[in-house]
Amino acid sequence: MKIKKYLPTILLIIAAAGLIVVGIALKQPQSVLEKAVKICMECIGIG
Amino acid sequence: MADNKKLRLAIQGVATLIQNANLKGFFEGKIYTGPVKNICVPGLNCYSCPGAIGSCPIGSLQTFLTKFKIKIPYYVVGLLLFFAACLGRAVCGFLCPFGMIQELINLIPFPFKKNRFKGDKAFRYLKYVILAACVIILPICFKLTPFFCKYICPSGTIAGIILAITDSAIASKLGAIFTWKVIILISILVSSLIIWRPFCKYICPLGAIYSLFNRVSLIRLKVDESKCINCGKCAKACKMCVDPVKTPNSGECIRCMDCAKVCPEHAITLNVTKIKSHAGKDERIKGEQ
Repeated sequence: MKIKKYLPTILLIIAAAGLIVVGIALKQPQSVLEKAVKICMECIGIG
Repeated sequence: MADNKKLRLAIQGVATLIQNANLKGFFEGKIYTGPVKNICVPGLNCYSCPGAIGSCPIGSLQTFLTKFKIKIPYYVVGLLLFFAACLGRAVCGFLCPFGMIQELINLIPFPFKKNRFKGDKAFRYLKYVILAACVIILPICFKLTPFFCKYICPSGTIAGIILAITDSAIASKLGAIFTWKVIILISILVSSLIIWRPFCKYICPLGAIYSLFNRVSLIRLKVDESKCINCGKCAKACKMCVDPVKTPNSGECIRCMDCAKVCPEHAITLNVTKIKSHAGKDERIKGEQ
């Protein structure tokens, strides 16, 4: 009964883990890092 | 202040500190550039803030959508789904630094505090419009422009203010967009004096994403119908204007547990922690005396 109640959550977590693994395989964390290690001029209000 | 509020504020403070652990950055005006920054934090915390050690998920999402060749942001969407599935909007209630700032401002005494007003329900949909338009559609249509970060995000404005104070080169470049963003920031902060968490209720696209998954997240509210006496105290206590008896897992519920604390029958619990109300117990003890 409890498993049925949490089935969507479990599936969602598995899907999330899958997407993260695909993203890591495509080296997407590197893209995040490249953007995040520089001051984002748009974010701080310099257009 | 009630014990659970103090505890939640303490958790918010620790979460803010952890997400902004590069404390020396605040004094040097330099941002953290270590490898941890490829991980997105769950709350709204600009990666250009000198203290930030992680990346803002909304900023990172727009990074992928504003590239000349659009990439599907598997990694960022995966992390967002993970946070949403595990915590839902408990992220807003416990882990978001900007949520904490608004709550602290709301603690300041002000004569015109008002949390319920006409049009409030309709205004709640604005955050979904902002998510769709400013975070997804406009960045795709107008390449290289992260619209939400550039024109709205108050977290980025705070980062800009800190950087402008510590770096004269940045201060000299500030112009009309910065002025616009400061106006938005001040409006939100002043509104926070009157309304509880106005940014979270009406504007935040991150809150909009998490709200979609509140019903299926691991952390859920549970109302024991056999105990509930429909006194309405929980709905009155909710600062997000949710009625926990009718919609315990509403997308607006940030799991602050104010409702559980006022429930005289201990009918409301969090399914993962079993936090229970003590109000009823105290009342019964008083009654016995």
